[in-house]
Formats: sequence, C-alpha cells, structure tokens
Amino acid sequence: MAKIKVYGHPISTATRLVLCCLHEKKVEYDFVLVELSAGAHKQPQYLALNPFGVLPTIQDGDLTLFESRAIAKYLAKKYEGQGTELLGNSLSEQALVEQWSQVEGQSFNSPASTILFQILFVPMSGGSTDEAAVEMNVEKLKKVLDIYEERLSKSKYLAGDFFSLADLQHLPYLDYLVTDCGKGDLISSRKHVKAWWEDISSRPAWKKATGKTP
Amino acid sequence: MAAIKVHGYHASTLTVMVLCCLNEKEVEYELVLVDLPTGAHKKPEYLALNPFGVVPTIQDGDLTLYESRAIIRYLAKKFQGQGTNFLGSTLSEEALVYQWCEVEGQSFNPPAFSICTQILIVPMRGGSTDEAAVEMNVEKLEKVLDIYEERLSKSKYLAGDFFSLADLQHLPCTHYLVNACGKGDLISSRKHVNAWWEDISSRPTWKINFT
Repeated sequence: MAKIKVYGHPISTATRLVLCCLHEKKVEYDFVLVELSAGAHKQPQYLALNPFGVLPTIQDGDLTLFESRAIAKYLAKKYEGQGTELLGNSLSEQALVEQWSQVEGQSFNSPASTILFQILFVPMSGGSTDEAAVEMNVEKLKKVLDIYEERLSKSKYLAGDFFSLADLQHLPYLDYLVTDCGKGDLISSRKHVKAWWEDISSRPAWKKATGKTP
Repeated sequence: MAAIKVHGYHASTLTVMVLCCLNEKEVEYELVLVDLPTGAHKKPEYLALNPFGVVPTIQDGDLTLYESRAIIRYLAKKFQGQGTNFLGSTLSEEALVYQWCEVEGQSFNPPAFSICTQILIVPMRGGSTDEAAVEMNVEKLEKVLDIYEERLSKSKYLAGDFFSLADLQHLPCTHYLVNACGKGDLISSRKHVNAWWEDISSRPTWKINFT
C-alpha cells in the first residue's frame, strides 16, 4: 500500500502538527517539500491540491485532504488501535476532546499566531513588529491561559487525564512562543500550565516532528 | 431519560445552530434562557458551566459541553443512526466534512464575524463602524467565497453531494451577513454559492427559528 504523502515545510506550524500526529500513530509517510521561500505554495501545481494555498496537504490513496486539524482527526480515527490513542475512550471523552480542540482553534490560535507573526515573521520580511498588536494579543492570551490554569489544576490534560488531539494541537504555536518569541513567562508563571507544557513538549513524537531527534 | 439542556439565547445564531442540529437529529431538548442583554453569560452561575462566558453550552446527563462546533459534532456522532446524517458515509467522506468544517472555522468565520461585529455589535455598544476594517474583511471573504464557488460548481454541498456539518456551520454568520449586514451580494453574485445558500437556508429546521 502506498504511503501517505505529506506536502509541507519543516518550519510550518501546521505541518509540524500533522507530522507529530503521524509519529504518535506510528504511521509511515513520504514528505514532499513545498518550498515557501520560492512561493511554491501559491503555484498552480500546489493550488490544484489545496486551493487555499497553505500548508500542509496530505494524499492518502484517492483522498486529498487539507486543514491540519482535520488531517490530525482523520489520522487519529483511521489508525485507532495503533500508536497513541488521541480521541478519548468514550463518547463523552471524545466530546471533551472536540471541545478543547475548538477552544484551541477559536480562542488560543488567533492571539498566539498574531504574536508569532509580529515577532518573527514581520521582521523576517523586512517590516517592524507592531508592539501594540503584540501587547493586545498577549493580554488576550493571558485570559485564555488563566482558564487553562484552572482547568489543568483539576485535570492532567485538557480533555481529561489522557493526552489527546486537544493537547497536541497546542504544541506548534506554544513551542515557537516559548523558544523563539521570548514569551515563555506566559507558561512558566502558571504552575499547572507549566507542568502540562513540560509534559507534552517532551513527548518523543513532538521531538521527531521538529527534527530534534531523527 | 432527561432531555438535553441547551443553555443559550434565542437570538444567538450559534444557539440556533445547535437547536437546528437537534431538530435535524430528531432529539428532544429543553432550552434554558441565558439572558445576554442582562449579562447573564458573565455571571458566576453560567461561568461555572462555561468559563469562556459565551453561549451555548449543553448538558447531557453528566456531560457539560461548550463550543458550538464541538456540540454539533457530539450530537452528530451520538445520534448517528437517526435523523439527518451529518457525517458522510465513509471515512474519506467524514474527513472531507471535517476539512470543510475547519475551513469555516479558520478562513470563513474570522472575516465574516469581524464584518458582523463592526456593522451590528459595535454600534449597539455605542461605537461607530470601522469602515476600513469592514472593507478589508469583505475582500478576505470574497477570496474565500471564490474558492467556495469553484468547489460548489463541482459538488452540491461542501463535503460532497450530501448535506453535512460543514454546511450547517455556515448558517449562523451567513444569515447575519445576508439579512442584517447588507452583504447579500457576496452570496448572490456567485451562482453556485447562491444556489447552495438558498438550499441550506431554506431547510425547515433552520427557517423555523426566524418566522
């Protein structure tokens, strides 16, 4: 059977999410580099796979799929029974995984990605960081992380006492915020968020996804 | 067995989307009013259910669940054998449902919601609409809808030739854009998007909430 093909780039947060998921589920894949600096993601060849021109996209047999959270969900379902269980073990647990996945996508992602964009990507393209925008989004993120702190004081992981897609979805942006944006204090100042972050970021699958181990 | 409780507000389109889903799945429920105009959603009693202080939240037995997109997925799964099938019929179809659900949540909703906020909510709170922000978000939304136009020229609904969660998720914001924000031309100017919108917005379980 042909391996899953992942079209992506190693620095792309969404690509890292999918690679981490593949490693957690112990699924082999072929990686096809989409060269961002050459604008390959906006060329007709890639747009034919993903009309939104963003990374990643996967091909699994006849199925072409984009949106990293949907890809992770598909992999978690298809490979239920091997590797790490990422969806919870009952209908109620699965519902809580969905809830916290949506919290990531709707409340966490926007301020986190804006901070990353302003601090890392704007200067890389020759512009200057909008400090007011960073400040505003740090305030938003603090409110969200206060809710996480409360949650994680009662529960080892977001959806319950089991690692799930909801936790995995937070790895890419948190890693950049802590490591490259100097925003580690957002995590380290919250006891339970800090313990949770240290736990999930030390998972072997995450280290493989970021090239920190082979 | 106790009916599912929906804590929400009748004029909140996300609440209405969850009610629509319950009706499509032929599931009984009880609507518990959270009176948004008096700030009930920010009071301790509601925050104990949903610390983010937004509606809706459901209670089903021991389970308390929020985030409307998570709620409709839970209902679609729990009641898979009855009412409308929202998830497609194969693993691949279900994957496409989730793909287009994410497109709604990540690419459609941010500009659509910003437009609705500027035109409807900001004036309600005593401010003035930021026309430049509306313009910018209309342009973003046009690019997304161009991709929808292409997709819907090949497929009756977003995930395939079957109505799904992905289409349902578009009802709330699009309803406001078309009926309250004066942005109906975004839809009506695109032949296949228009046909799709007329189809999904005329489903009795959705329409009934606005008569």
